[in-house]
Amino acid sequence: MFRYLIRRILWAILLFIIITFVTFVIFFMGPNDPARAQCGGDQARPACLKLVTEHYGLNKPLYVQYWRFFDRLVVHQNLGYSYANGSSVNQTIAKAAPVTASLVFGGAVIWMMIALSLGVYSALRPRSLLDRTAMVFVLIGISAHPVWIGLIFEYVFGVKLGWTPIANYANFFGAPAGSGLPGGPWQWFYHMILPWFTFALLFAALYVRMVRANVMETLNEDFVRTARAKGAPERRILVSHVLRNALLPVVTMLGMDIGVALGGAVFTETVYQLPGLGQNLVVGIQANDFATVQGVVVFATVAILLFNLIVDVLYAWIDPRIRLA
Amino acid sequence: MEASTTGTNNSVVDPNDLLVIDDVKKHFPITRGIIFQKQIGSVKAVDGVSFSVKKGETLGIVGESGCGKSTLARCIIKLLETTGGQINFDGRDITKLSRSTMRPIRREMTMIFQDPYASLNPRKRVGAIVGEPLEVHNLGSASEIKTRVQELLEVVGLNPEHYNRFPHEFSGGQRQRIGVARALAVNPKLIVCDEPVSALDVSVQAQILNLLKDLQDDFGLTYIFIAHDLNVVRHISDRVLVMYLGKVVEIATRDVLYKEPKHPYTGALLSAVPIANPELGRKREPIVLEGDVPSPVNPPSACNFHPRCPRFVEGHCDVEEPPLYSFGNGHVAACHYALERWPMDASEIRRASASRAPEPEPEQPLPA
Amino acid sequence: MALLEVKDLRTSFHTEDGIVGAVDGVSFSVEKGQTLGIVGESGSGKSVTCLTIMGLNAKRNTTSSGEAIWKGKNLLTTKPRELREIRGNDISMIFQDPMTSLNPVHTIGKQLIEAVQLHRDVSNRVARARSLELLKAVGIPYAERRIDDYPHQFSGGMRQRVMIAMALINDPDLLIADEPTTALDVTTQAQILTLMKRLQEEFGSAIIIITHDLGVVAETADDVLVMYGARVVEHASVEELFNRPQHPYTWGLIGSLPRLDIDVERLIQIPGQPPSLLRPPRGCRFHPRCSYVMEVCKTTVPELLPTQREPDHLQACHLDEETKDREAAKLLESMMAEAG
Ligand SMILES: Nc1ncnc2c1ncn2[C@@H]1O[C@H](COP(=O)(O)OP(=O)(O)OP(=O)(O)O)[C@@H](O)[C@H]1O
Ligand SMILES: Nc1ncnc2c1ncn2[C@@H]1O[C@H](COP(=O)(O)OP(=O)(O)OP(=O)(O)O)[C@@H](O)[C@H]1O
Ligand SMILES: [Mg+2]
Ligand SMILES: [Mg+2]
Repeated sequence: MFRYLIRRILWAILLFIIITFVTFVIFFMGPNDPARAQCGGDQARPACLKLVTEHYGLNKPLYVQYWRFFDRLVVHQNLGYSYANGSSVNQTIAKAAPVTASLVFGGAVIWMMIALSLGVYSALRPRSLLDRTAMVFVLIGISAHPVWIGLIFEYVFGVKLGWTPIANYANFFGAPAGSGLPGGPWQWFYHMILPWFTFALLFAALYVRMVRANVMETLNEDFVRTARAKGAPERRILVSHVLRNALLPVVTMLGMDIGVALGGAVFTETVYQLPGLGQNLVVGIQANDFATVQGVVVFATVAILLFNLIVDVLYAWIDPRIRLA
Repeated sequence: MEASTTGTNNSVVDPNDLLVIDDVKKHFPITRGIIFQKQIGSVKAVDGVSFSVKKGETLGIVGESGCGKSTLARCIIKLLETTGGQINFDGRDITKLSRSTMRPIRREMTMIFQDPYASLNPRKRVGAIVGEPLEVHNLGSASEIKTRVQELLEVVGLNPEHYNRFPHEFSGGQRQRIGVARALAVNPKLIVCDEPVSALDVSVQAQILNLLKDLQDDFGLTYIFIAHDLNVVRHISDRVLVMYLGKVVEIATRDVLYKEPKHPYTGALLSAVPIANPELGRKREPIVLEGDVPSPVNPPSACNFHPRCPRFVEGHCDVEEPPLYSFGNGHVAACHYALERWPMDASEIRRASASRAPEPEPEQPLPA
Repeated sequence: MALLEVKDLRTSFHTEDGIVGAVDGVSFSVEKGQTLGIVGESGSGKSVTCLTIMGLNAKRNTTSSGEAIWKGKNLLTTKPRELREIRGNDISMIFQDPMTSLNPVHTIGKQLIEAVQLHRDVSNRVARARSLELLKAVGIPYAERRIDDYPHQFSGGMRQRVMIAMALINDPDLLIADEPTTALDVTTQAQILTLMKRLQEEFGSAIIIITHDLGVVAETADDVLVMYGARVVEHASVEELFNRPQHPYTWGLIGSLPRLDIDVERLIQIPGQPPSLLRPPRGCRFHPRCSYVMEVCKTTVPELLPTQREPDHLQACHLDEETKDREAAKLLESMMAEAG
C-alpha cells in the first residue's frame, strides 16, 4: 500500500510537469505576443515592448523561461502577475477558487445523489415506469449543452417563477463590508442552487447509467445469491453486499471525471456570471493574459491530481484486493 | 538406494525437457496496516519446488487443497512473479523476462483456470471471450476468428448457438468448457490445466479428457494437469507429482505411483479415493489424517507432514528434513520411513514405523 | 410425511434467444435423515432445481411452477419474509462455485457472523465464537488468525470449506450441497463428507447432494436421481442404481468413468452433444445420442415408471425391461472383467 501510494505520488508529479510544460508551450508558440498585449495592443510603443519583454524574460529561450516559471512556482509558490493588469495571480485565484469549489463540490454531491438514487432504483426495477423516465432524463442530460440548460433554468426558475436569483455569487462567509452584495450561508445556497443543478445534470445522467449497470451486474453475482441463501433481507443485501461492490468502479470514474467536470464548470460559471476560475480563464484567454491562464491551469491541475490521489487511497480502502496486493 | 535432490538433477538441461523448474518459491507477504504497512510474516505457498516436464508429456499434480498447486501453476506461466528459483521454458530462462520479451512466449503456454466463472469476463459474450487470445495475438481476420471460435465451441461440446450468450447464463460445467476452448484457441505448446474437469459431469469429462489426449497426439502438446480426482490424474498423466504444503513429497511415473506409493501422504490420498460401487465403497477404510491442516505461514519443522503422519518418528522426522530419496527410475519421495508395500491399512502403517523407530535411518542420502 | 416433497417442478428462463426450459417436471421427496444424490449431465438442471426450491432464481426472467412442500408449506408460494426465515436456518445451501460465492469486500468472519445473527439474537462475541468453531470443524488451519482474512487470500478449496461452515452454522434440517467437494482434494473430501454425515446423525438432518463424482454418490447417498435434459430419467436406491441401472444415459455415465483399477487409452464417451434446452429434441431427450434408439423414442416422451421387479426404482425409457436388464448386466460384467 505504501509503495502503491508512492507510485501514485510520483505519477502525479510527472503529470504535473508535463501539463504545465504543455500549456506553457502552447502559449509561447501561440500567435499572440504577450508583451504587445500588456502595452496596449496594436498601438504599443517600442520602448514599452522592450521593457516588458525584458522584465518578463520573453526574449530568453523556451526552456529558460519555463525554468524561471517552474522555479518561482515551486520555491515561492508564486504564480506571477497578470499580463493584463499586473495584479497578483495568486490573489485572483484565492478569490476565484472558493467559487469554483462551491460549484464543483456542491454540484458533485447533487450529481451523486441523483445518480445513486435513480441508478439503484432503476437497477432494482428494470423496465419499470421510473426506469424508463430515468432513461429519458439520461438522454436529455447527455445531449443537452450546459449553457442551454443553464439558460432554460434561468428563464424558468429565475425569470418566470422567480424562485431563484438569475445570476451572481454570494459569499458563504458574508459579503465584503460595504459592497452591498448579498452574503452568508443561506444566500450562498440560494444563489448556487441553479448552477449546481445545471452543472450536475450532465454527469448525473452519465452516472445514472453507470450505477444502474453496475448494480444490475452485482445483483447477478454469486455472492449475492449466497447472502439471499443465508436469509438476509433485501435491504441488507443491497446495502452491505451490493452497493460497496457496485460502487468500486464508480469511485474510479469519479476520480477521472472530476477533471472533465472542472472543464464543464467553465460554462456554468459563464452562464450564471460566477466569478470563479472558469470565468477568469475565459477573460484571461480573451485578453491574452498568459500568466492568469497559466495560473488557473496549474492550480486546476494540482487540484485534480490531489483529488485523484484521494480517490486512489479511498479505492484501496474499500477494495481489500488492492489494499493487500 | 541412492538419493538425490531434484534441484541438482537439473544442472544439465536435457534437450527433451520443455519445462524445467528449479527450486521455485512463492511467498505472499502478510502485512498489517493500510498506509504504512509492515510485513508480519509470509504465506509460503510454494516453497522450493523442482521438477521437469518433457516435450509431449503430461505431468499430473495432486495434493491437498491450499498446498500451492494453483500458485505454482500461475508462477509457471508468469502470472505471478516468483520469490526465488528458476523457470526454464523451451531452453530459455524465463524467470526474469520483461513483459515485452515475454509476450511471444505467452502464446506458447496457456492456462485453463480452476474457476471457470471468475476467469470469464461477465460483460463479454462467449464468442468474444474465446476469440480474445486470437485477437490479442492477431491471428486472423474477424470472420476467420469467428469461424475458428465456433469450431472451438463445437470441439469442447458447446452449441455454436451459444456464441452470443453471457457466461452467467451457463451451468458450471458449460462455463468450464468455455475456458478450455479459450486455452486451445492459440495452439500453445504447453497447457497448464488447473482442475479443468472438476466441474464437469463424467461424460463431458470423458469428452474433454479424450479431447486433451487427441490434441496431444496431433500437436505434441505438453500438459501440466492439476486435479483432485486421482482416477482422472491416473488416466491422463505419464508422471505424477504429489505436493504437500508447498513442497514436493513424491514424483513417480503413473503406474509406479499408484502401485507402489512411498510417501505416507500419497498413501493417505490413494486410500481416500471414493469407489463408484456402493458395496465396495462403503467398506473402504481410508487412512484418516489426524490433526489440523498446518498453515503455510509457519509450516511445521523438518518434514512438514510430520504432525499428521501415521509413521511419525519423534526426534527424527521433526528434526531432520527428508531429502527426495530416489527409488529408481525417477521415482523420488521425501520420507525417512517410506512405505514398504501397498496397499496397507492404517494399523500396518503405524506398526511399521514403531518397529523401525529405534534403528538409525539406514538410507543416508548420498551427497548430490 | 416427507420433510421435503417436490412435485412437478418446472422452471424456465426467458433469454434473448428464447425460453430455456431448465427444469421440466421434476418430482422427488426427501425424508428426515436421508441423503438424496442428484447426478447428471452438466446443464441438465440440477442446480436450478435446488435454486428453485430455495426461491433463489432471479425473479425477472424466470417462471416456475409446481410445488415444493416443506413441512406443509409450499415454498414456491410462501411470502418472502417467511421464506427468509427458512433460508439459512432450516434449509441451507452450499453453492457450486466457491470462488465467487463469497463477497470479496468483507472478511470471512464478517460473512459467517452475519449468517448467525440473521437467525439468532446473539452478540458479536457469541457469533464469532460459533464461527470459529465451524471453521475449525471444516479444517481451516489457524482459524483464529484466518477468520479476519478476505476471501481472495484463501485457496479455492479453503473457500469451499468456508461455504460449508456457513451452511452448517445454524444446524439446518435440510442441507442442499451443490457439488460441495468438487474443489477439494480427496482427503479433505473425506473429512467434509464425514462432517456432513455426523451432522445427519446428530440432528437427523436430510441432505441433497449434487455431484458428478459417482464415487461420492455411491458412498454417501441413499437414493439417487439421475437427470438429463431438464428431466429425471432414473430414480432409485443407490444399490439398485449401481447394480441394475435401467437407463441408457445412466449406462453411459457409469461406462465413462476413469478408474483406478483399469487402464484404457480412451474413455468411453457418450456420442453427440448435450441437448439444447432452447429447442429440446422431441420425444425422449436422450434419443439423438442413444444407441438403442427406436422409432417410438423420437416421438413419444417416456414416462417415469416403476420397474416391474422393484416399485421404488423409477425410470423413463421405452426399452423393454428384459433388454435393459441384459444390457446393464453386460455393462457391469465388462467393467468387472476389465478390472479383474
Ligand atoms: N494472493 C494471496 N495472498 C496471500 N495468500 C495467498 C494468496 N493466494 C494464495 N494464497 C495462499 O497460498 C496457499 C496456496 O494457495 P493455492 O491457491 O495455490 O492452493 P491450491 O493448491 O491451488 O488449492 P486448491 O486445490 O484448493 O485450489 C493458500 O494457503 C492460500 O491461502
Ligand atoms: N440465469 C439463467 N439464464 C438462462 N439460462 C440459464 C440460467 N441459469 C441456468 N441456465 C441454463 O439452465 C440449464 C440448467 O443449468 P444448471 O445450472 O441447473 O445445470 P447443472 O445441472 O447444475 O449443471 P452443472 O453440473 O454443470 O452445474 C443450463 O442449460 C443453463 O444454461
Ligand atoms: Mg487451486
Ligand atoms: Mg450446477
